[in-house]
Amino acid sequence: MTYPGWLDLNAVWFVLVGVLFTGYALLDGFDLGVGALHLFTRQDEHRRIMLNAIGPVWDGNEVWLVTGGGALFAAFPNVYATVFSGFYLPFILLLFALIFRAVAIEFRSKQPMRWWRQIWDVGFAAGSLLSSFLIGVAMGNIAWGVPIDERGEFAGSFLGLLHPYALLLGVTTVALFMMHGSIYVVMKTDGDLQQLVRTWINRTIIFFIICYAVTTMATLLYVPHMAARVRAQPWLFSVAVVNMLAIANIPREIHHGRDFRAFLSSGLAMIALMTLFGLEMFPHLVLSNPDAAHSLTIYNAASSPKTLGIMLTIALIGAPVVLAYTVSIYWIFRGKVKLDRMSY
Amino acid sequence: MDVLLLSRIQFAFTIAFHYIYPPLSIGLGVCLVIMEGLWLKTGNPLYHQLARFWTRIFALTFAMGVATGIVMEFEFGTNWATYSRFVGDVFGSALAAEGIFAFFLESGFLAILLFGWDKVGRRLHYFATWMVCLGAHFSAVWIVVANSWQQTPAGFRIEETPNGPRAVITDFWAMVFNPSSMDRLSHVLCGAWQAGAFLVISVSAFYLLRRRHEAFAKASMKVGLAVALVAAVLQLLTGHSSALGVMRNQPAKMAAFEGHYETGDMPVYAFGWVDEERQVVTGLRVPSPILRWMLGDQAHLQGLNEVAPADRPRVNTTFQLYHLMVGLGLMLLALALVGCVLCWRGRLFARRGLLWAMVFSVLGPQIANQAGWFAAEMGRQPWIVYGLLRTREGLSAVVKAEAVLTSLILFTLVYLLLLAVFLYILNDKITHGPDEADLTPGGKLAGHGRAEA
Repeated sequence: MTYPGWLDLNAVWFVLVGVLFTGYALLDGFDLGVGALHLFTRQDEHRRIMLNAIGPVWDGNEVWLVTGGGALFAAFPNVYATVFSGFYLPFILLLFALIFRAVAIEFRSKQPMRWWRQIWDVGFAAGSLLSSFLIGVAMGNIAWGVPIDERGEFAGSFLGLLHPYALLLGVTTVALFMMHGSIYVVMKTDGDLQQLVRTWINRTIIFFIICYAVTTMATLLYVPHMAARVRAQPWLFSVAVVNMLAIANIPREIHHGRDFRAFLSSGLAMIALMTLFGLEMFPHLVLSNPDAAHSLTIYNAASSPKTLGIMLTIALIGAPVVLAYTVSIYWIFRGKVKLDRMSY
Repeated sequence: MDVLLLSRIQFAFTIAFHYIYPPLSIGLGVCLVIMEGLWLKTGNPLYHQLARFWTRIFALTFAMGVATGIVMEFEFGTNWATYSRFVGDVFGSALAAEGIFAFFLESGFLAILLFGWDKVGRRLHYFATWMVCLGAHFSAVWIVVANSWQQTPAGFRIEETPNGPRAVITDFWAMVFNPSSMDRLSHVLCGAWQAGAFLVISVSAFYLLRRRHEAFAKASMKVGLAVALVAAVLQLLTGHSSALGVMRNQPAKMAAFEGHYETGDMPVYAFGWVDEERQVVTGLRVPSPILRWMLGDQAHLQGLNEVAPADRPRVNTTFQLYHLMVGLGLMLLALALVGCVLCWRGRLFARRGLLWAMVFSVLGPQIANQAGWFAAEMGRQPWIVYGLLRTREGLSAVVKAEAVLTSLILFTLVYLLLLAVFLYILNDKITHGPDEADLTPGGKLAGHGRAEA
């Protein structure tokens, strides 16, 4: 399949990689949020219901990260190579966090002993919290910029990645996923657990809004290049407005008991945030800070046009199918969670 | 220790650990399709019980495969960044295809397979079982294609970039159907079917020896034996075809497999030991008439002495691994054959000695798969991409030995813990055995089954 010359395949793949990571945040975001909230209830039955609320879907949700990583490797190998080798230890930690999250879900309910379940409960919660946090830290570093040398290699250090702005984004991501996850649990439960989680939602919303406000201020004050694009193209401001309206709409919908619409608002807020982030970064993928000339862009870090074209064909064939059965699976497993013999 | 050695150890360790699980998922997937198919066809609830029990085992191996698989994708970037820059353009399409066609398929339908028994009709459930099985096979397709390209690169050109040279795709289909990909894919899949089938055989034999769940175990054994026999016979063909392919495409690798130093007719050993100093092999040679029949006019092979010493793989190690794989493969074939014949004649279930051998047979495909992969990958050395990029040139430029040592220690600790827990739960599930309640399907699945069966 050949694509017309006016189609900027590099930009297309910038968008597609963004879509994959946004999909990951939307979907695995609530899984990680549920994990982060897991220890807030002590009742075994509550914990099991929460686990089973994400049980059939978390694995498919994690595939968005795997495919996003694969697409990054394929479309922008230089970014993949520089970032993954540069963020070596944080990414290894992220792997362990994701591993513990995954196996804890599988192992926890296989044995009835109290100590056994407690261990995997902690593994599940810690794995989810650490994953969310590290994903946020990585985003923070991409937004802030990292030192890149003239060969395109990472020139910083491990501790250099843990600067306050990156840590702030880590905490904000945890807050965002906790809010997203608590809304998801309310949709999937009823009875006393649902009442309990309703009290958490308000707290997670407050927690997130505080983090969001601090992050926004910090970005405007300390990361001027992120705001510069908006100043240059004022229409982008509308995306920021959508984002704020979506966030403001969440407590309103919760107040009226329209949980699904609150969940959609939370999702819309994430999409708007990622869109804003993408638009502010474009065409950069990794900003070099301090020496901006070494930045990795969608042009100097990309695979050949032929590969980008082949992959677009693969994506165009695959995407409708993937979307169709993802939607069907959420449809089949719709409704409140009921524990049965096959449950975790 | 240096970064190269540590990174190689870490990759070998994490991939070897990961590779315990996907073959089990692929092989069990095939068994599940057969078991559930038999249930749909006959309505016999025994087959429903079979499918339910093995689905639970499948879920466990699948979860381990997913948890350890994401590590592999990350490690290309974390430890082998220069290699990633070099192969990204070529590998990319295969990896993207794997994500879109395989991983989404598997993980999506897995939800129905595991949790959908009472939520969907039996036809849709069976469809989901098929899709999970297919997805598992697709993921093998793409990753083996990518690995085969490293062994026998095709459909590319080399391009200079500011970050160093890289391979750029010129012909997608030539890359996918590179000279070794189909041989190696079929070989890998047969090995995976055996891994799943012999797990089924092993557990069934264990129940029969203990005189527990006998009806279940007999039915299970038959499915396992059938898959094992088909896979083991096909494995003979794919193995032979792969070996001829290696002789054509990677002569230095085959020369190492057989300790062949001087150019000429290649000897083939049943087993042996290579003295690398004196360049002699002591061992049992396959008689030359058989060899001529096997290799035909391909017997003439370039010896290791025509390869620069720096470009040779380790000889004795790859020799041993390769022969271990072949030997185990033949033993598994014999076991499957004897098992099938005795089962056909109705005499298998009284042969306690053979049943004990079957209990331990689960290790056979696991060891053979690992040995085969180690031989294939060590035989490719010193190249990471055969003839194009050396392994030491593929390392990440910025990652220090201390960082790799830290991660290697962590991987070792965590993986040992995971292995222990996996075996503990697997053992627990096997001891617990099939669920009697599964003999009466509930929910949407009930109603169609014949009660008397």
